[in-house]
Amino acid sequence: MNVNAKNNKSAKLEVLMDIKDISLSFGGLKALQNVNLHIQKGEILAIIGPNGAGKSSMLNVISGIYIPQKGVVEWKGKLRKKIAPHDIARMGIARTFQNIALFRGMSALENILTGRNILMKRNLFLEALYLGMGRKQEEEHRQKAEEIIDFLEIQSIRKTPVARLPYGLQKRVELGRALALEPELLLLDEPMAGMNVEEKEDMCRFILDVNEQFGTTIVLIEHDMGVVMDISDRVAVLDYGIKIADGTPDEVRSEQKVIDAYLGAG
Amino acid sequence: MSRDFSSLDTFPKILRNNAVIFKGKPSVREKEFGIWQTLSWDDFYKRAIILASGLRDSGLKRGEKIAIIGDNRPNLYLSIAAAQILGAIPVPCYQDSVADELKYILEHAEVKIAIVENQEQVDKLLEIKTKLPLLKSIYFDDPRGLEEYKEEEVKALDEILLKNIDLDINLDEDIDKTSKDDISIMLYTSGTTGRPKGVLLSYYNIISVTSVACELEGTSSNDEVVAYLPMAWVGDNIFCVAQSYISGFCINCPESRDTLTIDMREIGPTYYFAPPRVWEGMLTQLMVRMQDASKIKLWAFNYFMRVAKKWGNDILDKKKVPLFYRLLYGLGYFLVYGPLKNNLGLTRVRIAYTAGEAMGPDTFLFYRSLGINLKVLYGQTEASVFVSLHRNGDVDPKTVGPVFPGVDVKIEKGEVFYKGPGVFKGYYKNEQATKETIDEKGWVKTGDAGVIDNNGHLKIIDRAKDVGKLNSGKMFAPKYLENKLKFCGIIKEAVAFGDNKDFVSCFINIDLEAVASWAERNNIAYSGYIDLAGQSSVYDLIAKEIEKVNEDLAQDKELNDSQIKRFLILHKELDADDGELTRTNKVRRNLISERYGKLIDALYSSENHCYIETEVTFEDGRKGSISADLKIQDMKIIDLEDKVA
Repeated sequence: MNVNAKNNKSAKLEVLMDIKDISLSFGGLKALQNVNLHIQKGEILAIIGPNGAGKSSMLNVISGIYIPQKGVVEWKGKLRKKIAPHDIARMGIARTFQNIALFRGMSALENILTGRNILMKRNLFLEALYLGMGRKQEEEHRQKAEEIIDFLEIQSIRKTPVARLPYGLQKRVELGRALALEPELLLLDEPMAGMNVEEKEDMCRFILDVNEQFGTTIVLIEHDMGVVMDISDRVAVLDYGIKIADGTPDEVRSEQKVIDAYLGAG
Repeated sequence: MSRDFSSLDTFPKILRNNAVIFKGKPSVREKEFGIWQTLSWDDFYKRAIILASGLRDSGLKRGEKIAIIGDNRPNLYLSIAAAQILGAIPVPCYQDSVADELKYILEHAEVKIAIVENQEQVDKLLEIKTKLPLLKSIYFDDPRGLEEYKEEEVKALDEILLKNIDLDINLDEDIDKTSKDDISIMLYTSGTTGRPKGVLLSYYNIISVTSVACELEGTSSNDEVVAYLPMAWVGDNIFCVAQSYISGFCINCPESRDTLTIDMREIGPTYYFAPPRVWEGMLTQLMVRMQDASKIKLWAFNYFMRVAKKWGNDILDKKKVPLFYRLLYGLGYFLVYGPLKNNLGLTRVRIAYTAGEAMGPDTFLFYRSLGINLKVLYGQTEASVFVSLHRNGDVDPKTVGPVFPGVDVKIEKGEVFYKGPGVFKGYYKNEQATKETIDEKGWVKTGDAGVIDNNGHLKIIDRAKDVGKLNSGKMFAPKYLENKLKFCGIIKEAVAFGDNKDFVSCFINIDLEAVASWAERNNIAYSGYIDLAGQSSVYDLIAKEIEKVNEDLAQDKELNDSQIKRFLILHKELDADDGELTRTNKVRRNLISERYGKLIDALYSSENHCYIETEVTFEDGRKGSISADLKIQDMKIIDLEDKVA
């Protein structure tokens, strides 16, 4: 594994998304309080915290599903307003889910192709007859899907219905579908949950490869501290909806507040 | 179509000729991005020339060695061709070798340039680079993950191929310079004993033997072969490279190791080579899957397999078979055999070989009864493979067939010796070993004990040095016993002991897939390999198989004393990474006796269990250890004479 890559990356400091002073509550429950967070282009940012700390809420704010009651979200320097899900995808934000959300009866290849849905231009007539644009388009998208299959090394399950696949492979197909969108920002909600050591190692490698090869910015929520500390460029820690730390893995590890949050303050 | 190979006496010359006479015909295919991509003979030649000139620019000279490491990939076959054009010697290495093993070979062969498949191999070479001062360049085929590598010796193969793609390069002079006595390839033998040795094979060795084989089997440019066996193994170089050069057929490279079965089905090879392990694995998997079939299907399968068992082999050998059974077999072909062959990707197989180890007669006849012309071949790297081979219509599962045309075989003190045009030029930098193997008259010692039977077929019994004696004075042939055990399908590997002992005992490795499926059907819970291997119900299952073997041995006067009296099931699979097997999966007896000495002692004591802790090596070189308390089970010895009395 190449270590130099990370140092090179931090030299660029372009901010992709800037979240300023947001608060989000559900009735009386304050999920997030006055949180500031920026996402730099090309980094791997991990959001960690104990159960109920507001991690998934944060991810949903980033992806635009939740609109915070207070504060603003800027995407590439511009204020982001309330938007529809397909517009989020069009902006270049893709995500995977904590509980796998694939089309279970469809093959791995078909699932990945659905990720390209937003990039397809429609013409029912040409597509039905497999002519001209319709044909060219189909070939293009299939090629892209095949590149992802090659990238994730899932050639052998290309045509297998995903319901028949083991858990670790389903997670990989889900990552493939997110990648099919060619996202600029990739959000991963607990990508390693429920995996064995070998599957975790594979997943880590794929996340690093996505980041290195495509330059995709990645924000992930993860409970496995070993994984987080190994692959992230930066770690943000939430506790009861408040951001208590933000920095490199080493900085965060030695931060007293973080230790207290995880181990319980004296 | 036959050509005159007296003027086309080296592979570069044949390749140049192929580019003309097989222009536009496929030479190599690879499945990439879900589609089979084809390279024609003329394209292949053109690319080989481009690559050769690029390698010359980076300093490769005549007679120098170049290492090839990776799975079967068109660009690696191209690299072999390019090196040969320059008169350099390709040295393919096993792709799953750990860094240490590679270091020995690269150092011994004085390799200057290595052409490797991917990041995995690059990482291994970088790890040992400091110990290999001669190694100047590492070219890689697949750039995945290698973008950030700063080491200057790591370069992309595409750099050469793409840079010169439009240039019109002529290397005719170099091609003409290659001569039939030049070394075509250097192959390191897996080395059941000691360090691997570099076998030097000349163009004459390979071409003279291979052209006879092509003629014997009638291979043509319409044949298809799937290249999936290690490139470092002599078989891949003869069956894929050499035969495709001579006959002009196409080599198909699978997409990845996991997709082999799918790729086989898509290509439908006409020529298929597999070690017994693969054939047996295929049958085991088939039988496991049949257990889940519906009742009607299972009935049809069982009924028609009985028909095939009785008549299939005779029909294949074109012997007389009553019309009724011919028709019944035809119906079976339509309902069962045809779909089955299609499922295995063997529909079009015209020539099928197995070699390397003995194969169970039941497995062997199973495939033949389906109409697959499976034959046994006996050979060695040192012989450019062919020593003996079954002929069509003259197949006996107990033998390795009549001697190959042009080869002489003699048996001296029970050991097999051979002589012929394929006999190698010697071991690289190992004069002593060469002398020990070839005598002045050109006879090569095989180290195998064998006999020639009444039909003129050669029969191999065991490694000559492994054949020992029991204390009763009777012969003890461990491999013969182990093979008998392995034929049952649930035993993956067995190691028998008995030399200078009172009785025979053995270690067993269960076949995880088969035993796991059995456990599932019988509601036996287990947590993993160690747990499953230690269950007493599994012991009973294995004991039943051993009993069958013992019954069989009891029939034979010579082998009556070789019945297995005690056995244990090992807690881990014997593995090449731990040095227990060779890279071609042969048992390394000495090492096993050393490492598991404690277990052997326990087998010959009155203990009924033994605690053991073993070190295991992972593929990346890390080490760990596993421990278990192994049970030892006693078997009943069957004495036929007693029964009679």
